[in-house]
Amino acid sequence: MSTGQLPRWVDYGLLPAINVAVAFLVSGLVVLLIGENPLEAVRILLWGSLGFGEGVGFTLFYATNFMFTGLAVAVAFHAGLFNIGGEGQAYVGGLGVALACLALDRYVPWWVTFPVAIAGGALFGAAWAFIPAWLQAKRGSHIVITTIMFNFIAASLMVYLLVNVLAPASSMQPETRTFEAGGRLPLIRELWPSLELGQAPLNLAFVLALAACGLVWLLIWRTKLGFAIRTFGANPTAAVYAGISPVRITVVTMLISGGLAGLMAINEVMGSQSRLLIEFTAGYGFVGIAVALMGRAHPLGILFASVLFGMMYQGGAELAFEKPTITRDMIIVIQGLVILFAGALEHMFRPALERLFATVGRQPVPAAE
Amino acid sequence: MFETLILTLDSTIRLSTPLLFACLAGLYSERSGVFDIGLEGKMLAAAFAAGAAAGVTGNAWLGLAAAIAASLALALVHGFACITHRGNQIVSGVAINFLALGLTTLLGQTWFRQGGRTPSLSVDGRFQSLVLPGAEALRDVPVIGLIYSELLSGHNILVYAAFLAVPLSWWVLFRTRFGLRLRAVGENPAAVDTAGISVVWLRYRAVLCCGFLCGLAGAYLSIAQSAGFIRDMTAGKGFIALAALIFAKWKPVPAMFACLLFGFLDAVAIRLQGQSLLGIGEVPVQVFQALPYILTVILLAGFIGRAVPPRAGGVAYVKERT
Amino acid sequence: MTPAIELIGIDKSFGAVRANRDIDLVVAKGSIHGIVGENGAGKSTLMSILYGFYHADRGEIRIDGKPVVLNDSRAAIACGIGMVHQHFMLVDNFTVLENVVLGAEGGMTLARGMAHARKELQRLADDYDLKVDVDAEVGRLPVGAQQRVEILKALFRGADILILDEPTGVLTPPEADHLFRILRVLRDQGKTVLLITHKLREIMAVTDMVSVMRRGAMAATQKTSETTPERLAELMVGRHVLLDIDKGPAHPGRPVLEVEGLTVRDARGVTLVDDVSLTVRAGEIVGIAGVSGNGQSELLETIAGIRRPQRGSIRVDGRDVTSDGHGDPARMRAAGVGHVPEDRHRMGLVNAFAEYENAVLGYQDDPKYGAGAFLDIDAMRNDAREKIEKYDIRPPSCLLRTASFSGGNQQKIVLAREIERDPVVLLVGQPTRGVDIGAIEFIHKRLIELRDAGKGILLVSVELDEIRMISDKVLVMFDGRLVGERTADASERELGLMMAGIEQEAAE
Repeated sequence: MSTGQLPRWVDYGLLPAINVAVAFLVSGLVVLLIGENPLEAVRILLWGSLGFGEGVGFTLFYATNFMFTGLAVAVAFHAGLFNIGGEGQAYVGGLGVALACLALDRYVPWWVTFPVAIAGGALFGAAWAFIPAWLQAKRGSHIVITTIMFNFIAASLMVYLLVNVLAPASSMQPETRTFEAGGRLPLIRELWPSLELGQAPLNLAFVLALAACGLVWLLIWRTKLGFAIRTFGANPTAAVYAGISPVRITVVTMLISGGLAGLMAINEVMGSQSRLLIEFTAGYGFVGIAVALMGRAHPLGILFASVLFGMMYQGGAELAFEKPTITRDMIIVIQGLVILFAGALEHMFRPALERLFATVGRQPVPAAE
Repeated sequence: MFETLILTLDSTIRLSTPLLFACLAGLYSERSGVFDIGLEGKMLAAAFAAGAAAGVTGNAWLGLAAAIAASLALALVHGFACITHRGNQIVSGVAINFLALGLTTLLGQTWFRQGGRTPSLSVDGRFQSLVLPGAEALRDVPVIGLIYSELLSGHNILVYAAFLAVPLSWWVLFRTRFGLRLRAVGENPAAVDTAGISVVWLRYRAVLCCGFLCGLAGAYLSIAQSAGFIRDMTAGKGFIALAALIFAKWKPVPAMFACLLFGFLDAVAIRLQGQSLLGIGEVPVQVFQALPYILTVILLAGFIGRAVPPRAGGVAYVKERT
Repeated sequence: MTPAIELIGIDKSFGAVRANRDIDLVVAKGSIHGIVGENGAGKSTLMSILYGFYHADRGEIRIDGKPVVLNDSRAAIACGIGMVHQHFMLVDNFTVLENVVLGAEGGMTLARGMAHARKELQRLADDYDLKVDVDAEVGRLPVGAQQRVEILKALFRGADILILDEPTGVLTPPEADHLFRILRVLRDQGKTVLLITHKLREIMAVTDMVSVMRRGAMAATQKTSETTPERLAELMVGRHVLLDIDKGPAHPGRPVLEVEGLTVRDARGVTLVDDVSLTVRAGEIVGIAGVSGNGQSELLETIAGIRRPQRGSIRVDGRDVTSDGHGDPARMRAAGVGHVPEDRHRMGLVNAFAEYENAVLGYQDDPKYGAGAFLDIDAMRNDAREKIEKYDIRPPSCLLRTASFSGGNQQKIVLAREIERDPVVLLVGQPTRGVDIGAIEFIHKRLIELRDAGKGILLVSVELDEIRMISDKVLVMFDGRLVGERTADASERELGLMMAGIEQEAAE
């Protein structure tokens, strides 16, 4: 990907920063286009997301979702795979979480259900990623296409299950019954009332997400499996030469990726809604793509990008309240622009920067880590 | 029974039309080596533009023109990212889908304040059904009358255009200079480059063809099939079209049959809602919704034939340094 | 008579690399003019400039005495220049006819142009002995026929000047001879042919004039009839070919690699390695000579475990590793097989990785680099630093991205990794391709040291000089088979004939 012509801080700091800045600049233009003042919008957005306890709580709640789905996309990126199916994997992961909660919530306390739900979410998410992974590894089916298809198949499957199987007989709503205390994660506002988080549904899944960031970092840069994943992603032929099985790495990576996506359901299903609803994923799986691109597939970057997107989701809600013309669809526009500039157009400013730094003088480039 | 069949087939045609436009759109782009998962977004933008322009002017043709313009603009964004800057084609497609989804609703709300809808269209703002000559007279003739008057007659002009676009696309791709070059650039761009043809310009033209046809697909949705735009009105049709394209192995005539098949599944799903199928019992509607995707996955897995994409697809062309 | 081509003061740089420096060249009309030089001497760059694929930074091009500006291939084609690239520029799933008309369709629609092309191809086939089925799908044609399609493409566009870039690299000798016959016919009909190659045999066989390039510059232009291969070789390298290396006699010991009846086919069922048996003993270097594409690469990859053989057995140090080991490089490594692959960029290194990461590539699961599932980064770095010192890898930083090392230093990274594992057998493919002279000597010395330390080495190289200089035993491979075994002092001529499959043909 990188030609090694730029100093590391430019490659991993300045260039992505410029890309994201341009995305936000264009977003500002869109705000202007609909007749509002972008600076005013930014002020409301910042205040709405960070200005008071409840806002912060919601911001971090959303960020939790994005960390999981962002990490899911990032892990696959490292193996050169584009997992566009995070949405479907998270959706099916929700089924795993819900089944664990429905089975246990009446008999055991939440901390017994929690690990089972984690296993359920990860397992179901991974299972949904398994078939596209296996088809890519064994039959050469393009994983982008199959994961897209699986998003839609997941949507149909879940509607069917929720309407015909999981909904209680007494209810017309396509959703499961509400979990009881044994199937609910403690909210941070209950554990730590002094934070004044208001009604924010920030819960223990946030801690789980932070742990996932750390574990993914360890996995990618400090384990033999991570080395194999990165080798396969950077040069598949060299990976074969190095005795790394493409089939194994493709499948294992996608299982991890799908599992991470599935864990998003812990936050939504067990942490906040306390039931499984139709389309609870609400596009968060796709936000993961933007987050992973913006965070350069590095857990730390993903953490920052998730919080930023969390701010946009929460601040955007405030913004929509204050300025009805700037609906929450603005966030989707920003998301699209971030993906466009930080992803598809990531090299747009590279030649200019290379020229700039070529005149400044060549210096050795330390490798990426 | 026969009438039910005809009516189902009739709605098959209506439901296939946007798929067919979008599928042919993808055909041009992907045959030139530019993957496009942004069909959905372009269609959506076009549908909105058509709904908005037709709503304001009351003229369907102006709506169509706006649809094409909007779709072309997004196609150019895709080209700029993937051809000029050699960005990742998948990422660019994803970006375009989000841009379209966000912008259509945002602008719709700003301009019309109807929750993202465009105003309801007047009669002139929509493409009306055309009655083919003699359709009324033949109506009562058994079998043929029904086929002619219901199935073949009574569609709007875009439906006919979509089905005419099939042989036309075949002719363009396989019988013209442009088509030959387009297919070549999707297989081996270096061969095209060394033959003295600009790879960049060729791929831009292919992407613009794609934008044009997506424009027609979107316009059909909002100002022919419906009387106005609603939020996310494509609802995954762009991806079904993509599936159909793969199903058709990137060929125009099979593309038509794939779109008809997927349209038929949709029509059946609507018709069978809540009804039980003889011998099977009630089939959940979701089965029909998921079937196009499941079939495509099975095809991609190589269990029924093999879908081999254009060889240079998904890869930006870089002159090799020897 | 005005010359067909004049190049005056052509200069071209890629970043810091000056690929062509101040090149002058005059090519007479109706002649076959050869251009020789080592890999990386700048031949292909020069030809790409002449074909409008690259733009020269400085200099002038004259065609038929008239100065021309070749901004793209279209301009070159308009000037009557046609090019047959080393890697064919063909669309595999098109017919021959479609490939030929691509870019010269003669109108918006195809029908008339195709009919015209069909007739024209018939005429060209008759005139120049270029027979090929115009309706066949190009991807299904043999390589020699594909090359004829490339020539037809150029002639169909009215080329008077034909550039062929390493045309015989992919051809069998009979196909190459067929090509040379065609080239002579073309010359006799008044066409000008530029033949780019690094094979002196071909230059001597078919050209009228020869120009030698060396490190981006034009070293000399001579009449072929007035020069010798030795003289040309000297000009190519710039000094008396390769320095002989101080090499004592080999003391072969026990067999460390025994290959028997190895047969490898590709996915389409084409036999790449055909019933090959060979033995490498401890303390000897066995060289495999052959024209590129005769199965040597596949043989090496199969022994390394990268390819799966259809038949045959492999024994390493007396142990049969066929049954469990085939198709698994990790197990072959564990059995003591080191492998320096032919193409370090494609296979031997991950360019985006830091040096220290590449220093363990293939051995990442070794407990030495971390217990259990984890990597011990410090151990990896220390290990890399030791190798950097021992192999004089420059710049001496294990944190640097591998892409920023020169070719020679990259090769040393691979070599250090494979040699320092103390393998029983070392497989070495093209160890000095794209490597500067200084590093070549270093690498050769290392290999001989390794031999003297009692290791077995199997060396594959298309550079006959290299094979003859460091091998103790030479095997010649042709068309997937081993066609003979000689000692290292066999003459170049004898080996050359075997490489061309001539002895074998006589035997049949």
